[in-house]
Amino acid sequence: MRGLVFDIAHVLAGTLVLVSFLELYQDRLYALLNVFALHALVLALSVAWQAYIQNAPHLYITASIALVFKAIIIPVSLHRIIVLFGIHREIETVGGVGLTMLAGIGLVALSMVVMLRVTAGDDPLTREDLAFALSVVLLGLLMMVTRRNAVSQVIGFMSIENGLVLAATGAKGMPLVVEISVAFSILVAFIVVGIFLFRIRERFDTVDLRALDRFRGEQG
Amino acid sequence: MNRGSFDAVATILLIPACSAALLAVLPGYRLTARLNILAALVTFLSALSLVFYRPHPNPYFLVDDLNNVFIVLTNFVALTTSVFSASYIGHELKSGRLTPTYLRFYHAMYQALMVAMNLALVANNIGLMWVAIEFATLTTVLMVGIYRTHEALEAAWKYFILGSVGIALALFGTILVYLAAQPVIGEGLDAMVWTNLITRGAAFDPALLNLAFVFLLLGYGTKVGLVPLHAWLPDAHAEGPTPISAVLSGLLLNVALYAVLRFKMLLAVNLGALAPGPLMVTMGLISLIFATFMLYRRRDIKRMFAYSSIEHMGIITFAFGMGGPLANFAGLLHMTMHSLTKSAIFFAVGHIAQVKGTQKIADIGGLTETNARLGWALVLGVVAIAGLPPLGIFMSEFLIVSSTFARNPALAILLVIGLLVGLAAMFIRLNAIAFGEPRGASTETEGSYMPMFAHLTLVFAAGVYLPPQLVIWFQNVARLLG
Repeated sequence: MRGLVFDIAHVLAGTLVLVSFLELYQDRLYALLNVFALHALVLALSVAWQAYIQNAPHLYITASIALVFKAIIIPVSLHRIIVLFGIHREIETVGGVGLTMLAGIGLVALSMVVMLRVTAGDDPLTREDLAFALSVVLLGLLMMVTRRNAVSQVIGFMSIENGLVLAATGAKGMPLVVEISVAFSILVAFIVVGIFLFRIRERFDTVDLRALDRFRGEQG
Repeated sequence: MNRGSFDAVATILLIPACSAALLAVLPGYRLTARLNILAALVTFLSALSLVFYRPHPNPYFLVDDLNNVFIVLTNFVALTTSVFSASYIGHELKSGRLTPTYLRFYHAMYQALMVAMNLALVANNIGLMWVAIEFATLTTVLMVGIYRTHEALEAAWKYFILGSVGIALALFGTILVYLAAQPVIGEGLDAMVWTNLITRGAAFDPALLNLAFVFLLLGYGTKVGLVPLHAWLPDAHAEGPTPISAVLSGLLLNVALYAVLRFKMLLAVNLGALAPGPLMVTMGLISLIFATFMLYRRRDIKRMFAYSSIEHMGIITFAFGMGGPLANFAGLLHMTMHSLTKSAIFFAVGHIAQVKGTQKIADIGGLTETNARLGWALVLGVVAIAGLPPLGIFMSEFLIVSSTFARNPALAILLVIGLLVGLAAMFIRLNAIAFGEPRGASTETEGSYMPMFAHLTLVFAAGVYLPPQLVIWFQNVARLLG
């Protein structure tokens, strides 16, 4: 039984890393949104499984926040924003897909090396969970760096957040997990409302340096 | 146990929380601005009472020598800023940059920020502290974007994204600290209570703590504005309302630094963990030198003083990184003096920008002739922030430099070079702004000069004479910091 419990947790956390890779190379916003919804769904399953094996009913709240808020409400509202702004075209990635994927593989390797070495004495379930969680966090950061569109940056940020929730639920008996996931959800909700209200379409519409200088208030 | 003292912790959280709710619905700018001041005053008085009646720590709240300095300072600057804000906002309403609806929102957010900062400071639980700092970020983001110009939104967005990544990293660090504590203290809330962590920290797994500290330093360091994680700071200072620039520079950066210091203390009790000092010294020094060279080329007055904040946070981080009773004492003094001076400068800059109708240095000139009081206040503020004797910052910088010379002359030389370049750059700009031919429009404003001069008087007084009680208090904190 112990083996099966471990395997399922392992598979779910591993799937989350795989879905993070899927996000990295989506070059259309709609597809990216769908993959993110999948990301949140896998997270919800993973958290629910942790709630079951740790016998921690409060984690079910975190799981349902992940399911309802992140897998349904956020993707649907971002979908509507994309339609409203008319930005459902290709999104540019810096450095190309191949390079991004290679960098992603490097980051996962890095987090495995760091986390597995550091947590040598811990419970194997916690160790692998944390290593996967750090991978998801780093992949999310990579995504935020390689995208310029506000919507895909938000998705990158939410992937980071998913990684953190995975880490927090993997740490056995960690208090305040529910509070932290609620606080994060409020943050994300504000970001999404912010994009919607303020119509932040692109970070910098132009590579014209004079426009950048104007933005910095440094012209003339 | 003292009952009255427990109420003080509750009041510094509840008063701003209730006023935030009240100010969100009340109309009328005169009434709300006065209420804002009143709330800040009552909060400051209860914060002051914590100095005399200190509650026993419980799993959620803790008041000790260290955070008491921060609490009193935060609420004092919050009070004076609310006075400045009242006159500043009146002008913004008249010029139409703010509408009454946004003003309600502004006041509510101002008090909400106070709740978040006070909560972050009194929290005895590293998870609670994280949540509080996250909410502080959120409220300031909303206030930075309040003018809704393209530049303000861009600045708010940049701050939001960088700040969010920063607090995400800090949360990962917090989780790692919990994991390190969990085998020793046991599962559950106890393993996140800071007083438990510090007493039993010696038995934690050093490798986990090391990794956690790297994440925490990068995460909270983003909020402190340490180079290379500083990119949000100049934009957020330049584009938001000036009272918010004063609160950001004077207070929020300190709160983030406070979080770093707590974790530094945790690492210090664990003998196997890496020494956090060199990391902080390096980041502090890089911030100082980078910011001083950036100072010279600024063309926007608020942006220039934002870089000066990066410079000074660098100096403070450097001092705490060096550690030891003298450097810690100097760092703490420097932090206090910087908060007071920088917010005074922003009060002056806020009025200057209103008088001249611009923030561009090129369009501001000869202030001492056209607006004598404002001009001289700015000159005084810059003299103070540049660290000339006999003002407070001179004393703290002198202590930092001399204690560093005694231990590591090479570092001290770099520090002095940074300070001198910063001083030169500041005075070149100040010369153009305050003296010479009057340039640009000039109208009189009925600004309130009281907060500005109150801060500068305190800085001057501290440079000449420090009360022995304060010295003993700061020395205790310096010992705590190790």
